[in-house]
This record gives sequence, structure tokens and C-alpha cells, in this order.
Amino acid sequence: METHLKSYKIMNTKHSSYAISNPHKIDLDGVQKASFGSAILGVLFLAAAFLGVQFPDTRIVLAISLSLIIVGTAIYARRTYLLQPEGIKNNHVWFNPLTSRGVWAWVLSIILTSFYIVLYWFPKYLGLQAGTSGKNTGLVVFFDPLSNLLHGKDANQWFVYGTLYTVLIVALGIKFIYKYRHNKYQVVRTSVVMGSQVLFAYVIPEILATLNLNDATNTQGKYLGWYDTDLKNVWPLDYDFFSKWHLDAMQVPDYQPLGMTYLIWGIVLFLVVTPFLSYLVGKRWYCSWICGCGGLAETAGDSFRQLSSKKLSSWKLERWMIHLVMVFVFVMTAATLYGYFANTGTIFGLSIYTYFQKPYGFLIGAAFSGVVGVGFYPLLGNRVWCRFGCPMAGYMGLFQRFKSKFRITTNGGQCISCGNCSTYCEQGIDVRFYAQKGQNIVRSSCVGCGVCSAVCPRGVLKLENGLNDDATRYIEPEVILGNDIDLMKYTKK
Amino acid sequence: MQEHIVIIGNGISGITCARHIRKNSDKKITVISGETEFFFSRTALMYVYMGHQKFEHTQPYENWFWKKNRINLLKKYVSEIKTDENALVFQDGNTLQYDKLIIAVGSKPNKFGWTGQDLDGVMGMYHKQDLEKIEEYSQNCKRAVIVGGGLIGIEMAEMLRSRNIPVTFLVRENSFWNGVLPKEESEMINRHILEHHIDLRLGMNLKEILADENGKARAVIIPETGEEIPCDLVGLTVGVSPNIDFIKSSNIEVNRGVLVDRCLQTNIKNVYAIGDCAEQHQAIGSRRNIEAVWYTGRMMGETLAQTICDNPKEYKPGNWFNSAKFLDIEYQTYGWVWAKPKPEETHFYWEHKSGKKSIRLVYNTQTNVFLGMNVFGIRVRHEVVDRWLTEQQHVYNVLSQLKDANFDPEFYEQYEFEILAKFNHDNNTNIKVQKTNWKRILNLIK
Repeated sequence: METHLKSYKIMNTKHSSYAISNPHKIDLDGVQKASFGSAILGVLFLAAAFLGVQFPDTRIVLAISLSLIIVGTAIYARRTYLLQPEGIKNNHVWFNPLTSRGVWAWVLSIILTSFYIVLYWFPKYLGLQAGTSGKNTGLVVFFDPLSNLLHGKDANQWFVYGTLYTVLIVALGIKFIYKYRHNKYQVVRTSVVMGSQVLFAYVIPEILATLNLNDATNTQGKYLGWYDTDLKNVWPLDYDFFSKWHLDAMQVPDYQPLGMTYLIWGIVLFLVVTPFLSYLVGKRWYCSWICGCGGLAETAGDSFRQLSSKKLSSWKLERWMIHLVMVFVFVMTAATLYGYFANTGTIFGLSIYTYFQKPYGFLIGAAFSGVVGVGFYPLLGNRVWCRFGCPMAGYMGLFQRFKSKFRITTNGGQCISCGNCSTYCEQGIDVRFYAQKGQNIVRSSCVGCGVCSAVCPRGVLKLENGLNDDATRYIEPEVILGNDIDLMKYTKK
Repeated sequence: MQEHIVIIGNGISGITCARHIRKNSDKKITVISGETEFFFSRTALMYVYMGHQKFEHTQPYENWFWKKNRINLLKKYVSEIKTDENALVFQDGNTLQYDKLIIAVGSKPNKFGWTGQDLDGVMGMYHKQDLEKIEEYSQNCKRAVIVGGGLIGIEMAEMLRSRNIPVTFLVRENSFWNGVLPKEESEMINRHILEHHIDLRLGMNLKEILADENGKARAVIIPETGEEIPCDLVGLTVGVSPNIDFIKSSNIEVNRGVLVDRCLQTNIKNVYAIGDCAEQHQAIGSRRNIEAVWYTGRMMGETLAQTICDNPKEYKPGNWFNSAKFLDIEYQTYGWVWAKPKPEETHFYWEHKSGKKSIRLVYNTQTNVFLGMNVFGIRVRHEVVDRWLTEQQHVYNVLSQLKDANFDPEFYEQYEFEILAKFNHDNNTNIKVQKTNWKRILNLIK
């Protein structure tokens, strides 16, 4: 503070300095250039591996590549944001071609979309068993050392994907924390979502596989099967939880008692934990605090949150789509369970695989949640899947809307209709529509990221858990607070 | 035949009024504006310049809203009001008949007759057209000078800094906005302005603006130092006044604004005025005769709609409140907090060690009744503070229930213990912090 006072005196003298660089272009300093360059270099190593470049020592190059991405991004973010006072950092968002559907947005979108198409349907192009006698090449072989280190096996496309996914969440999560360092809700939430991805989705499953409690081959050389050991990946988001292969894998004797524990946990998570937590704090406990899709959206996708459509017509479409997907997954799962217990592959003469599981897996599991969900981040925003597709979000949304303590409280009459809340709502909720009427926001789609509250310049919005009571939670006031107008009709006496 | 209500001005006052008339009646409604076709939030213009939002994001309603709600929009400038004929004359010569007329034309930036005030590159920051001008003159701008240290001035400084344009900020007072803010808060903002690399010149005025050979501003001269500051853009942000030049020739009684009674009616029976341009004959309570604030404009719109819909109501604003954001520091105020305490008042002030958060409580020295509160960098709950003011709560109750009013996001550090410790220390009291109580917050305790 003393230095401010000093500069204040200096600036108030006659010969103040005009030495601020100008005009307009903010040049990156050495640290920024070096760190940004490092992150890019890390990505270039991946690109080179994808294109088939052979490295002398893959282990070291892979380690360098991933470290450069994480450390480079972290230093760049640290340098960039710490140079400025704490506060909202949305300057130039709508001028930047990457964040306003410009050329770079299209380029990135095409790259991401192509990556998902290759990942799901043509993993050979990533190098999966593309070499002679089924050996991995390309990007997949590049990840072999890490895969071998973690669970003693060569990599496959899902290992590559899981690793890159986690690296992105960590690197850009750090960036997000620097960006929102003044906002403790954002710092805590982002730390948790990063930790959740690293621990539950990445480290624990790898450890369990190493311990031969999953994805193992027994002494006779027989493969025992794989089940999902991501503690937070809950049905119906994890749509094949009740598939025969998955139920069987969880019951493999060699995996006990862990396998059955996961089975029971999965059911309890859906039936008890999810409704209860959604009642207490809204669906945010999942969507923006621990979910993997949410984790990517909140970190890597943060730069694209303003692209979601706020039109009323989009909201209508959203309600149709998300609930149709939810019905679809319920029907698909019912058919699957019927097949499991009746020990049959057909229901009403229809093949359960061909008519239920395969279309869901293709249309929803891969095309929607992956290709469109992430591939279109730079064009449609970072929550397309969460908003229009995710059946888990739909399920929790019912509690959030009808039976929950959670709401975004509108602060009396303080709204100035500026629109920042709506613009930066990744779920496309027209937050202002409610705030400017003095009404609290109770919407099934809100994932509780808290950015509307952060960007509000007048302190109007607060995410909080109050009482589960429609009168205080949801009702639109007749007159906005601050006006003493009495709406009773004048009665002529 | 439905009564035809014509509203001049599509800002928050006019649009709020139109919406509420539609809610309560089937009357024919026409809203006229020469500035833009659709309603937008004036307070958000700065975010368009800074790239936080596109202009369309500042429009609170989608474009289909108006037709669906049968609110006719006319993009025209009115040049004359003929009250004898219940008619408006537009700049293009056309006319429009009304049954009732509502004037909600807002303000225009002040100019105080400086030499060079109408040069190219000199502008206020009020209308959408001003924003377009700022954009134009920002190109290749080596330095901007802003004249006038108020809310719009600091917003304009923030805007220009977002483009990395060096800004000199001339503030007539010897501390930022100290006619409204008490000393400590005002000094907090001085420091924050400097933190943003804005060349703050306190106690300095504008003498004149110099032109280059093309009639464009090239420098300003400061009388206090005689200094000539070269610049490409001059922002005049020395307050606003009612935008009523076109009304002065009519039969409608005006002073600085359009004079209205408590029901917001002018001297002409079927003509009303609301928002920034309306002037009360007699100020309401401690308020000003002309209130150029978003919130009061909205309240007048709400109120007048009732009168128009045959439920006559006086404009009766409740407890005063306002808010602003000074660069990164948010500000809220409730009740009356004067820059200098009145004789019967005591001020209690607490400031966080960061120098960016503070709270000030004002209460009556004799009765200890709570009179008002300023908060900087901390958010408080309007509903709770408003109730304290209405109930004329004892300041000790306010302090002990301070947690009820906290509106900061979850996980934020809370300062009630620190604040009370200071109060107890200063006043030799022993007030205890009570836990947040939802029933109290929601007024469910009878």
C-alpha cells in the first residue's frame, strides 16, 4: 500500500510519466513467451508422435512433453494473471477469434472433432496395433512407457485419451485458479474437480489394475475382464454399468471383495447418494465439483462458456433433448437388465444389443458426449453435452428443480440488467431474466459453477443452500425490493 | 378503441413502464427511441467496449418479445410535443397521436462551456452513439484524458485501460468522488485507480481542449499546473442532466428536468415523466429532486404503470440503495451514508488489511438507531439491510446479526468477528456475533 501512495505522489506532480507502453497491443514479456512456447512445444511432441516420428527414448520425451504442457501453462497463467490486480478477466473475449467463433475456433473444433472420430471408430490411426504383428505405433506407442509404469501393460487408445484428458484438466485447471484467485468458491471448486479427476478417474483405477483387482489376467493366462473403477462414474452417465459384461466382471472371484463393493456402491450412489446430495446442495455437487465431463468443461472449456445459446428456443430444445436421452437410457437399461436376468439376448423379439445398446452407445455415448460434446466446445460452448444430453444431469435436475435447498439468490433490487451473468452462463440459462425481476434462479440445468455470481458487477447473485420451500425459493416478487408501492387497488370509500 | 399510451424513451424507465402496463391492461402501447431499435442496458455499454459482451448481450429481451407482447417500437427522434393536439412531431415531419404520453428520455452528458468541447475526439459516455465514437477514436489513441471523477468517469477509464490506452484522469475534487464517499472509502479508490496504472490527477480541472489542423482534439490544458497534455481522446464525464431540450418549446412545465407531481404527472393532465428526466417539485425525503439512477428509473416505471392502469399511485421509493463497481472493487450502499457525518450521527468504519474491503455503519448517536451502511469489496443482502432500516434497528442488533446480511459467495472469508472486535474495542461494548439464521433472513420469525 505504501508504494501506491508513493506513486500517487509522483503522479500528482507536474511531470508525470507517460512511459506506459502503447498503443493498445499488450506485448508478452519474456517469461510469458518462454512458458507459452514450452506448452506449445509439449503439444508439438504429441503431434510428432502422432505423425509417426520415432524418438530415441520415448520415456524421456513423453515425460518432457507432458511436463512442458502442464508447467508451461501454469507459468504462463501465473505470469499473466499475477501481473494484473485480482478481478474479472474477460477483456477481449469477444474480440479474440478463438473465443468468439472466429477462425481459430473453427480450426480447433475441426481438430477436436476429428480426434474423437478417430478415437472412437478408427483407433488404428492413433497407432493402436497398427504396426507389424499388432504392435502399437504412433501416439499410442508414445504412451506405452507410462502405461507400463502404471499397470505393466502396453497402452491403448483409452489410456492415451485418459492421460491427455487428465493433463488438460490439471494444466487448464491451474490456469483457471489463477484467473479466479480472488474468488474462493472458484478456487475450492476447481481444486476439487481437478483432484477428483486425477484421483478417482486416473490414479485409483490404475492402482487397482496394478494390484490385479481389475483388468487382470490370471495365472492360466485367462483375461478376467474389466469393470469401471472410477468411483464417481455413476449410472446413467456410465450407461453400460448394467451391461452383462460389466456385471460379470464385477462378480469375478479374483476381484472380490472389491468388485461387489463397486457394484453395491454404484447402486447406492444412484439411488441414495445422488438424490440426497442434490437435495442438500443441488446438482452442483456432481456437475461442477466431481464429474469428469464437468471437470473438462470447467477447466479446458472455460474459455468457451460464453458461446452457449441463451435463446428461449434453445431452452425448449434442451428440455426435449435431455429428457428424451434420459428416457432412452432408462429403456435401454431396462432391456439390458431383462436380458441379464432372463438370460436372453432379445426382448419382444428384438435384439437387445442391436436395438438398444448399440444405438445408445453409438449415438449418445460416442457421437453426442464425445464428438459433439467436446468437439464443438469452441463453437457451441463447453456444456453442450451436459445441457442437452447427459441423463445424469437430467435425473439430478428433477431434484434440483422440485426438491432441493439450492438456489441462486437474487439480491433484492440490485440488478442492473447488464447481462454478464447470462453471457457467461455455460448452461445457457438467461440468469438476468430472473435477476432483473428480483426472482431467485431455480433451474434444473444449473450446474452451480458460480461464474454468474463471480462476473456480476453489482453483487446480485449468490449460490446457496437455504430452505426447501417454494415460497422463499422461487416466487417472483410483485414489486422489486426498494419500491414501497402498495399494489392493493385503491378502494373508493 | 383502446387507449393509446405513447412512451418516449426505451431505457429502463420507459420499458419497465411499458411492460407493467402490458401486464395490467390491453392498452395500445408505443415506445419511441431514436437511439436504438431495442431496449438495452445502458450500464452494460462499457462491457461491449471491453469485449466482455457483444451489444446483443446487453439487450435483456429477445427481439420477438416486443411483438409478442404487443409493444410497438418506433425508431425515431421526436422533435416537438403538441400537448393541445395530443400529438408528437418527429424529426422526419411525421406525427403521432397519443391519449397519454410518458416522457422517459433520460439524460445527456454535461458540458460546461469549455473551449474545444465540441471538437472531434471529445465525447461523453452515455448513449450508444457515444460508444461508437469512443471505439472510433480509440484507434491509434496514444493517450486519453478523462475529465470528471464520478461513476461514469472511472468506468470510462477502466474501458480505455482494457485496450491498454494510457489514461489521465482529471478529478476536480482532492479525492475521488468525495462529495459522496467518506474520506476512507474515497482514498481506497484513489489507491485502486493507481494500481490500474491510471494517471490520476486529483484537484485538477480542465481549462481548454486544443484542436489540431483538422479540428480534432490534440491536447488539454490543466489550469492548476499550466500543463498541456497531448491526447487523442477526451472523455467528458462531469455528470448528466435531463435530455429535454426538445420539450422546452412545449406547454410542459420544465425546470432542469420535466417537473412532475408525486404521481409523476406533469402540469398537463395526460402527460407524465419518469426516470432521469423527471424532476420532483419537492424532493422526497433526503433524495434529490432529480434522481438519475437505474433503480429509481425502474421504480418510477413500475409505479406509473399502476396509475396508467387506473390504480393511481404516488411514487414512493423505499429505503435508498445504490451500487457501483470501481474497477475491481464492488460498492453497495443502503440508507443514508453522507461523506461527512451529520451532527447527530456516528460513523463506525472497519477496513480490511488488504485495503480493498471495508464496511461503514451509520447510526444515531443518541438513540443508536441504524441509519445506513457502505460496503466495499463485500456483498450484503439487500433484503436484510432494508428490513433493518425499515424497522429502525438498534445498531447493536445490526452488528450482532451482521452474518445474516453477508452475501459473499460460499467459502469466502468472513469478517464479522474482526468487525465486531473493532467496534467493541472502540466503544467499550461486548456485542457477540450471532450465527446466520435463515428464518431471520427470510423474515419467517413472527
